[in-house]
Amino acid sequence: MIAEIGQYALILALVLALVQTVLPAWGARTGDATLMSVATPVAYILFLFVGSAFAALVALYLTSDFSVVNVVDNSHSRMPTIYKITSTWGNHEGSMLLWVLVLALFGALVALFGGNLPERLKANVLAVQGSIAVAFLLFILFTSNPFLRIVPPPAEGADLNPVLQDPGLAIHPPLLYLGYVGLSISFAFAMAALMEGRIDAAWARWVRPWTLAAWVFLTLGIAMGSYWAYYELGWGGWWFWDPVENASLMPWLSATALLHSAVVMEKRDALKVWTVLLAILSFSLSLIGTFLVRSGVLTSVHAFATDPARGVFILVILSVFVGGGLALFALRAGELKQGGLFAPVSREGALVLNNLFLTAATAAVFVGTLYPLALEAVTGDKITVGPPFFNLTFGGLMLPLVFAMPFGPLLAWKRGDLPGVAQRLMVAAGIAVVAAVVTAAAEDRGPVLAPVVLGIAVFVMLGALTDLAERAGVGRVSARVNLRRIVGLPRSAFGTALAHFGIGVCLIGIVCESSWSLEKIAAMRVGETITIGAHDLTLTRMENRTGPNFHARVAVFGIREGGVSQGEVVSGKRLFTARQMATTESGIRTFGFSQLYVAIGDETPDGQVSVRMTWKPLVTLIWLGTVVMAMGGLLSLADRRLRVGAPKPARRRVSPVPAE
Amino acid sequence: MLSASLFAAFAFMTALAVMAVLWPLSRQKVARASGEADLAVYRDQIAELSRDAAAGRLPPEQAAAARVEVARRMLAAEGAASDVSLGSGRRRRIAAAVALVFIPLLGAGLYLRLGSPALPDMPLASRLAAPPDGTDVAILVRRVEDHLAANPGDGRGYELLAPVYLKLGRTDDAVRAYGQVIALLGATAERQAALGEALVVRNEGVVGTDAARAFQSALDLDPTMAKARYFLGLAAEQDGRRQDAATLWGQMVKEAPPNAPWLPMVRAALARITPPGVSSPAPGPSAQDMADAAALTQQQRGAMIQGMVDRLQDRLNADPKDLDGWLRLARAWHVLGDDGKARAALQSARTTFAGDAEAAVRIDAAANEIGGR
Repeated sequence: MIAEIGQYALILALVLALVQTVLPAWGARTGDATLMSVATPVAYILFLFVGSAFAALVALYLTSDFSVVNVVDNSHSRMPTIYKITSTWGNHEGSMLLWVLVLALFGALVALFGGNLPERLKANVLAVQGSIAVAFLLFILFTSNPFLRIVPPPAEGADLNPVLQDPGLAIHPPLLYLGYVGLSISFAFAMAALMEGRIDAAWARWVRPWTLAAWVFLTLGIAMGSYWAYYELGWGGWWFWDPVENASLMPWLSATALLHSAVVMEKRDALKVWTVLLAILSFSLSLIGTFLVRSGVLTSVHAFATDPARGVFILVILSVFVGGGLALFALRAGELKQGGLFAPVSREGALVLNNLFLTAATAAVFVGTLYPLALEAVTGDKITVGPPFFNLTFGGLMLPLVFAMPFGPLLAWKRGDLPGVAQRLMVAAGIAVVAAVVTAAAEDRGPVLAPVVLGIAVFVMLGALTDLAERAGVGRVSARVNLRRIVGLPRSAFGTALAHFGIGVCLIGIVCESSWSLEKIAAMRVGETITIGAHDLTLTRMENRTGPNFHARVAVFGIREGGVSQGEVVSGKRLFTARQMATTESGIRTFGFSQLYVAIGDETPDGQVSVRMTWKPLVTLIWLGTVVMAMGGLLSLADRRLRVGAPKPARRRVSPVPAE
Repeated sequence: MLSASLFAAFAFMTALAVMAVLWPLSRQKVARASGEADLAVYRDQIAELSRDAAAGRLPPEQAAAARVEVARRMLAAEGAASDVSLGSGRRRRIAAAVALVFIPLLGAGLYLRLGSPALPDMPLASRLAAPPDGTDVAILVRRVEDHLAANPGDGRGYELLAPVYLKLGRTDDAVRAYGQVIALLGATAERQAALGEALVVRNEGVVGTDAARAFQSALDLDPTMAKARYFLGLAAEQDGRRQDAATLWGQMVKEAPPNAPWLPMVRAALARITPPGVSSPAPGPSAQDMADAAALTQQQRGAMIQGMVDRLQDRLNADPKDLDGWLRLARAWHVLGDDGKARAALQSARTTFAGDAEAAVRIDAAANEIGGR
């Protein structure tokens, strides 16, 4: 009964999504307030139905109901409970259901918190959301139905792809989807504005929290995916410029640009058309990301779905929404009033610069990701665009942007004073130069540019602090006033500083890991010791272990530093019996912010095992930096100013986005 | 069909969906002026500017400029008239009708296409707990498997499982299970023959060397074992040794008890390989040749066979595009005791069919056979 209720709930969700698309849009067109008011309860019930369908699928996985094809293909009765739950979305059908669940959640949130939106805007936004839900529910029901049954049911499932049997699967896709799909809200707002031909400063204030929330989730999702690949794939890379990674990076870059341009729009009523275009592009890039991963046009770890019918369907969805969005933009953008003039050197100017660099970087990644696919489709030639291309183009665009970052927040709106700002950044720049010189003197290995980049990273971090100090008037007024001003600063000011600081932290991690890592590859026997950096690794023993649905062969290493024992690190290989697939479990020990990374290879019959060990200095800063960035985003999100729009300014603190 | 509780659940869900549309339609919505929401934002912006200016976070001149700008936008927003109406009764009736008709109809229609209302849930735990009534074969198999995982030495369990595997098409498992049976319970003619049969099924009907070996072991244990004899005959036929097959099967028919269940099958096989006057796809010696050969002395017979092989060799030299011919030639040389020429024949086949993966596999198999025997 659970399976059939899930199936029916999904069907009713499709029907309601159709209603949510048609009735409110009709109401908005005819100015009928009653019809427009249908959107709110329908959005709630739509979420309820999609939620029920999802809960039903989870229940089927938990009870190992092998009369459901999806469960048979992706589950195993002996899997730990946590993986039974996560395998719900560890496959094509389930992950699309999760996608729609997040979409319905955001729709319900707009309905819940949009009480103070102009009625017509709210109705149009929910109608656009509804149309996206229609497209994806049709896709699920007719090409990827997770509730298909099988008679007679087998007694055991085919197991989840072993690479995905990891806690990472519990966190990474949901976060990423919250980000991807969150961008559908700004898209819906942009479309609604274009449909009405009306956009104003208040619009930016409504779009910004949603974009910010999506950006925070996307940031964390990408970072989580990167860390997962780092420890699970067993070769210690944290970013591969894999098309699937790029697919998530592109909307992130675009959403970052959108965040910043929305600030200009909100504060200065300028860059309207550009902001609307960015909102359309950001969600389009999310859809392209979904398309790249789901259609199976790429063959990589993530592309666990390969079916041309699905690919064509997604392509149609893609062209309807991207093409439709851009066409509407081309038709109506001219009607949007422009406003707000500013000098090139100003906060606005700095944000425009930010947007230019970010969009150029997005374009670079876009070309690098899609050019090989296009070339293969046209000429049949297979080429790979690898790290050299991306490091050169993306790195070349991001470094100047990052260098310019501390200047932006210090510039005044409308007319800025660049020499004055430069003067205020002198302290930060001075310390950064010292850091770069000291690093260059201490490290004789690695690329020449590395200390320079490290200096820039330090400059960015100190620049973010300088911004706060300036706002508090450090050096101009008494310490007590400083403190009072700091406390009184809007949370978004802290958010900006923290997010920018996080980029500096992340950059330090990237530079140190890629320039000064130490690596050794050796064939070892039990009892042998290898020295890497300051650590001695001894292969103490090899042993067999048994998991619920796998057998493992592990190597246990003792770590000593300067003769003092530092405990053990374990690396192994797991053989998953149901799929006869092996995975590598890397052993990682963290020392401060640095990590020792050990992965074993094959064992020869005479007892030698190949071992790859790497000392990765400050590598954890890469992910800690992104967490700091996300914290900055959350702080900004909690800012009181983003909650305006209520007819009476509320005194109560209400978070715009409840706990997800 | 549809159980009552499932129907009730569906009815409730449909009602919920319909109500989600009807409920807002039933309430007359009081329209707010569209400018009001905008004004609230601007009022808040002004309040915020004042707070920032008072706290010294914003220089007075910047605050004043910003306030002027916000005030200007405020004036513009106040000018905008509301164009949102209460809504017309006609549109509401249309929307209500759509909700009442369209939601249940489309929902039911799609469900009839996609759903399986007759299928109950089948969680694994309750399937395992249900009394074994033989309807859920997969679960029966799993029970025995679970038992065997706990008691890997129980050969009887494997003996129970093996034929079921074969029936379910899990041929690899069947072969493994029969192997376990023989290892744990010891070989009997029946077990060896069953193993051989499983191997033949896995090999899609072709009696390979491993299967032939199993049947041979069965015959060693019990020379009257019908299944083994039948399959060895089949092996002979597939090798192109039709006469051997005919002999074997002919013998079986002759010795068979009149009510042997396998008799019709063997007769049919016999009829298949000795069709009067029909040219067979693998040209062997003609009936005349055989009759002649029977009448010859040992030496003469050898010469005649040699001549046949030579003819085959000549034909293949003239027209080398005949893989079966080459393989038959290699086997013939092998039987005649000249493995060098057998290998040479295989080598010619290899050269002729270079790049043909399927041919390579067959040639390799033949080479193994020759080397192995």
